[in-house]
Amino acid sequence: MAARDRLDAVLAGRFGLGPRLGDDPAARRDVASALEREMARGGQLPPGAGALPTSAAALALNGEFQPEERRLAARQERETAEKAAADAMEAARRAGQRPPPGYQPPASRIFRDEVAFRLRAAMEAEIGFTERLVWFWSNHFAVAVAKGEQLRLTAGAFEREAIRPHVHGSFRAMLKAVEQHPAMLIYLDNRQSVGPASRAGQRRGRGLNENLARELLELHTLGVDGGYSQADVTSLARAITGWTVPGRFDEDAELGAFFFNANRHEPGPKTVLGRTYPDAGRAQGEAILDDLARHPATARHIATKLARHFIADDPPAELVAALARAFARSDGDLPTVYRALIAASPSHPEPRKLRPSLEFAVAALRMTGRPVDPGQALFVTQLLGQPIWNPPGPNGFPDTDAQWATPDGLKVRLETAMTFARQTPGAANPLAILDATLGSACSPATRQAVARAESRAQGLAILLMSPEVQRR
Amino acid sequence: MLCEDEIHPSRRAILGAAGALFAWSFAPRYAFAASGRDPRLVVVVLRGALDGLAAVPPVGDPAYVPLRPGLALPTSGDGAALPLDGFFGLHPAMPNLARLYRTKQAAIVHATATGYRERSHFDGQDVLESGQPRPGLTQSGWLNRAIALLPPGERIAARGALGIGAIAPLVVRGPAPVLGWAPQGLQQADDDVARRVLQLYDEREPRLAAALRQGLDTSRMATASGLGALRPRSSPADPEGMALIATGAAKLMAAPDGPRVAALALEGWDTHVNAGGATGQLATRLGGLDRVFAIFEEELKPVWRDTVVVVMTEFGRTARVNGTIGTDHGTATVAFLAGGAVNGGRVIADWPGLGANRLFEGRDLAATTDLRAVLKGVLVDHLGLDARPLAETIFPGTLALAPMRGLVG
Repeated sequence: MAARDRLDAVLAGRFGLGPRLGDDPAARRDVASALEREMARGGQLPPGAGALPTSAAALALNGEFQPEERRLAARQERETAEKAAADAMEAARRAGQRPPPGYQPPASRIFRDEVAFRLRAAMEAEIGFTERLVWFWSNHFAVAVAKGEQLRLTAGAFEREAIRPHVHGSFRAMLKAVEQHPAMLIYLDNRQSVGPASRAGQRRGRGLNENLARELLELHTLGVDGGYSQADVTSLARAITGWTVPGRFDEDAELGAFFFNANRHEPGPKTVLGRTYPDAGRAQGEAILDDLARHPATARHIATKLARHFIADDPPAELVAALARAFARSDGDLPTVYRALIAASPSHPEPRKLRPSLEFAVAALRMTGRPVDPGQALFVTQLLGQPIWNPPGPNGFPDTDAQWATPDGLKVRLETAMTFARQTPGAANPLAILDATLGSACSPATRQAVARAESRAQGLAILLMSPEVQRR
Repeated sequence: MLCEDEIHPSRRAILGAAGALFAWSFAPRYAFAASGRDPRLVVVVLRGALDGLAAVPPVGDPAYVPLRPGLALPTSGDGAALPLDGFFGLHPAMPNLARLYRTKQAAIVHATATGYRERSHFDGQDVLESGQPRPGLTQSGWLNRAIALLPPGERIAARGALGIGAIAPLVVRGPAPVLGWAPQGLQQADDDVARRVLQLYDEREPRLAAALRQGLDTSRMATASGLGALRPRSSPADPEGMALIATGAAKLMAAPDGPRVAALALEGWDTHVNAGGATGQLATRLGGLDRVFAIFEEELKPVWRDTVVVVMTEFGRTARVNGTIGTDHGTATVAFLAGGAVNGGRVIADWPGLGANRLFEGRDLAATTDLRAVLKGVLVDHLGLDARPLAETIFPGTLALAPMRGLVG
């Protein structure tokens, strides 16, 4: 295998979603240029995005974000729909026919549509660098649907509205979009945070919630060792009071959209990391965010996370330093940082990372040419420990092999591989799939193990479990 | 959607490979013919190549025991083969099949194979299921093409064939409508695929190997101690999984207007290593297959006298034991026919012998009965197909190969 082919295979695995059955192998050459083309396309949304509701429109389906008369009407509509579905099911049962699907609440429908959109984008991507970045940043700025229906309604919209447009842009812009997005404000409780000395605080005796401010410093920007104090957390929390999402019980504003509520904003200057910001309403918090985005600790934190995600669990210090320099010099221009990462790739020629569960599932689907079944993908990623948009906490899913190479994780991977393989039409010979996807990047040992399998399904399962597919 | 392996006969019409959604409850209902014969046919594919010499040992052949140290079954005492006709015995893990044989409801064909003489599982299964002379010729199976030839409105054709598994076995795929059913959820990976993946990891990925080993051990312990929350998800390569899919197929076929023809695949027969004798991994799977016969007999009780269950595999295994107390890919093997409609109680074999000069290519049981003659015989006598289309479109190029008559009825 020529050195250039080897580099292409490493780049495609490291920055993409795995080879797709049916793609021209020639398209897998000169991967570096393909990555540049993806960066040049910027934050364009994949097809189908227009059919999905905005976060405000989705939240309008939740009782808390509906005016009283609409709420009563909605309840009636839901009860009618539930009864109609139950009647249809009963009628089908009596007639011995296949029962229709039961009533599906809007939050479930929207969530499933969003999952389907996300997976379709991953299946349709040629290399998949943009999708990988979307997943990376979504995990960095994690929200979790376990929080409740409001997150179920908005998790997908959050990714489309706050993450996607910025993955090939500036970190600063992404940071601001994220911290002012309804999903994040609801997830980390800033929606309820009220400045104690604000008009609303004085009137209602409500107060501060530090949750978002703390995670913003610890997880989103500086990192846990980024040199901030509890006073900085509190100060930032005060500065972003009033960043909220109006609902039925709030003052007049667009329900379900980001709103700066001056009545809740803590008056006065705030000091964060030694710098004092005069009170400028909404702009006060934004000015702090801008400085946090430029802070050297943030550059190091982001550089470390990118290097850990794309190169190795324990990335070399020189690499992290190089990425941090690229981040700082470009004022957080993400493509500049990615280019430094890509340029460093030849020095790390071996795939070192186990594909996280979702990447594994998608790589397996791309490789076998199977259409995506969102229900099954949700089920499988849940069993594999990476339920979509539902990490265990605001720190997202861990990003090291130790998280994924667990006894149960590997066992369920094997079961997933076998299940996918059994569901792949028997027409395809696993060796033909191997040739059409891994090609010369496949080791003789893997080829032999696949060739010796007792059935096509077994051969395909072994291929999906091979180090070539498991690692990138 | 997230349910475990449950059978939902009411949620029945999920279409397999054939294309459009087809629910048999919407199909026209034809009055049963006055003659009353309403045949049912189940085709079971054993993937991985069943060792016919282990399942139905030729205990009367003097070469049998010397060829198989460590695997051969005794004729008396612990783990003895169950007696059939004096020359052949039956593996002791198959008491149900022995009972069906004694009551003349089961027949065994030995030293049989398709026309395929290479040793690739994938190609061998393709030939076995497609009915074609060579692999890679069609994407349809002989069972499906046979149904497609039945007159329109005929009750077998009208109800469609049932293909078990998320993807129906090739033998039942094709132009005729195919109903599908599969156990829900992830299936447990069987020991064989786990062993192969571990082997691949052992050299290059010690950490993954260690984790996977531990995961499989834990899962086994959980299963053994009956932990409810860690309910095993069975696979078609273990007895629980075999029973699950057989029960699903049988319940669907038992419905008065259910499908009359079904195909399913059982896995895990590729016993290269530690195949075992009276007990062991092959014995466990044969026990699973034995239970499958009992499940069909029980669930289809009212129509059992009109039922034939055909069990076939892509090829056999080496006559000699290999270096890992197993056997490698071979040629001829056995096929089973069970059901109330079977003219049973006999082993049908033109026995080639196991002497060194009798083995095919010096290593395998030689094929003396073409499996396609057996299958054609079943299609003629059980489903009433004509010999000519059988030789042209169902098993192309077999005009000279007469259907084996008298297996049914």
